[in-house]
Amino acid sequence: MRILVVGGGCGGTILANNLARRLAGEIRDRKVRITMLSASDQHMYQPGLLYVAFGQMMPDELYRDQASLLEPSIDFHVDPVEEFQLEQNRVKTKAGKIHEYDVMVIATGSRIVPEEVPGLREGSETFYSEASAVKMFKSLREFEGGNVGIVVGVPHKCPIAPVEVTFSLHDYFKSRGIRDKVRIKYHYPIGRIHTIENVAKWAKPEFDRIGIEYETLFNVREVDVENKIVKSEEGTEFAYDLLISIPPHRGMEVIEKDKLGDGGWIPTDRHRLTMEGHDNVYVLGDTTNLPVSKTGSAAHFEAEVVAENIASIIKIGAPVREYDGKVYCFIEAGHDRATYAMFNYQNPPDLKAPNKSMHWFKMSYNKMYWTSVRGLL
Amino acid sequence: MSECKTIDARDTFCPGPLMELITYMKQASVGDTLELLSTDQGTASDVPEWVNKVGHEMVSSEKIGEVWHLKVRKTK
Ligand SMILES: Cc1cc2nc3c(=O)[nH]c(=O)nc-3n(C[C@H](O)[C@H](O)[C@H](O)COP(=O)(O)OP(=O)(O)OC[C@H]3O[C@@H](n4cnc5c(N)ncnc54)[C@H](O)[C@@H]3O)c2cc1C
Repeated sequence: MRILVVGGGCGGTILANNLARRLAGEIRDRKVRITMLSASDQHMYQPGLLYVAFGQMMPDELYRDQASLLEPSIDFHVDPVEEFQLEQNRVKTKAGKIHEYDVMVIATGSRIVPEEVPGLREGSETFYSEASAVKMFKSLREFEGGNVGIVVGVPHKCPIAPVEVTFSLHDYFKSRGIRDKVRIKYHYPIGRIHTIENVAKWAKPEFDRIGIEYETLFNVREVDVENKIVKSEEGTEFAYDLLISIPPHRGMEVIEKDKLGDGGWIPTDRHRLTMEGHDNVYVLGDTTNLPVSKTGSAAHFEAEVVAENIASIIKIGAPVREYDGKVYCFIEAGHDRATYAMFNYQNPPDLKAPNKSMHWFKMSYNKMYWTSVRGLL
Repeated sequence: MSECKTIDARDTFCPGPLMELITYMKQASVGDTLELLSTDQGTASDVPEWVNKVGHEMVSSEKIGEVWHLKVRKTK
């Protein structure tokens, strides 16, 4: 049995380690082989980028060697897939190698596409990559006052990030003693300030209390970089001195090129996590088309379900679990308080008031991630 | 040729039905119709509000059992 894992990020790594442990005997007896193909020899803890943007973490804290995170029995190659040949149960890589599989798991994540909005790349700061997060921090440091706009592209990973960055901006300017010189205005694509109703209900009075303005039904259409004006699809605009954006996302280009899914999002069964029409192909994390938040947390819970099912299919010939849409997100409510949202397909989150201990729990999780991704937590 | 695509946004709290519709509208071509399925009661008013504000066309809206079926045509 040849199991091929494509993507060595959050979901792919948790899945491969979990599977390698469950199938240790079968791997030893050479009945099962797990191969992982990824695009990088480094693994990035992406949530840390938010802290880099505020000077609270250094970029080198976000990385580990991918090989060091994997069970030794996993055959790992830095050689990205360039062609999915699903009908032949094989992929072709950048190095020109062919890998055949009996079962494949695709966890290639998503990428930012700011270029889809004219002016967004040149006109705004963001924190969705290492270079942009460092650049954003330097811009914040130099900022002495004026209008700060936050705009949100659709779709985007980490749906909590828009409110987190907004609270962090407030605390950052406050700590520099210039909050009274800064007007912060948050813009959001739908008709309330967060897509999760209970998050919106909690964040709105908080925004009011600390003087953050907001405009809803604002889908960013273009940024007039010269005149520093951001315009919405809905016909409104905002004149900014500093613009912070959550860029729109797509799945990986190879997913679109090989017609696995429009926009790079692969049609996925919401409970079994198999690719529609391909029972031996599983999909995890950001690259699914599921109506689930694109978060490491969703990727983690999905990976556990898929690992358990692939192992049980090998051992007893049947899957044993279904994914229930579970997601658990920390929500930083500034630089010293946090809360969390836990929900699934059926149950909305019930938000608690933010407190200091949740913030410290999140700060510890920033380190514990490496244990979690090894599958030990 | 224009297409009619169904978006299954039943039982989702995040990203939620309207966010899903906006995602798929961006991928669609002018003239395409998208049918959004939603179990969220707010959808019946949230979606038309956005569609009217942006200037797309609301084709139909009906509730079958517990599920809202909203059809929207992309006009620009
Ligand atoms: C600023 C920021 C803050 C965030 N905060 C949070 C948070 O607080 N909580 C949370 O849960 N999530 C958060 N996230 C989201 C989280 O990081 C992602 O949702 C998660 O990493 C998705 O996991 P994944 O396995 O789908 O993709 P990724 O972890 O992105 O991994 C994709 C992997 O695929 C590989 N790959 C790409 N193309 C190919 C190819 N062609 N062939 C082979 N391999 C390929 C890549 O090299 C990479 O290893 C945040 C993200 C950002 C950017």
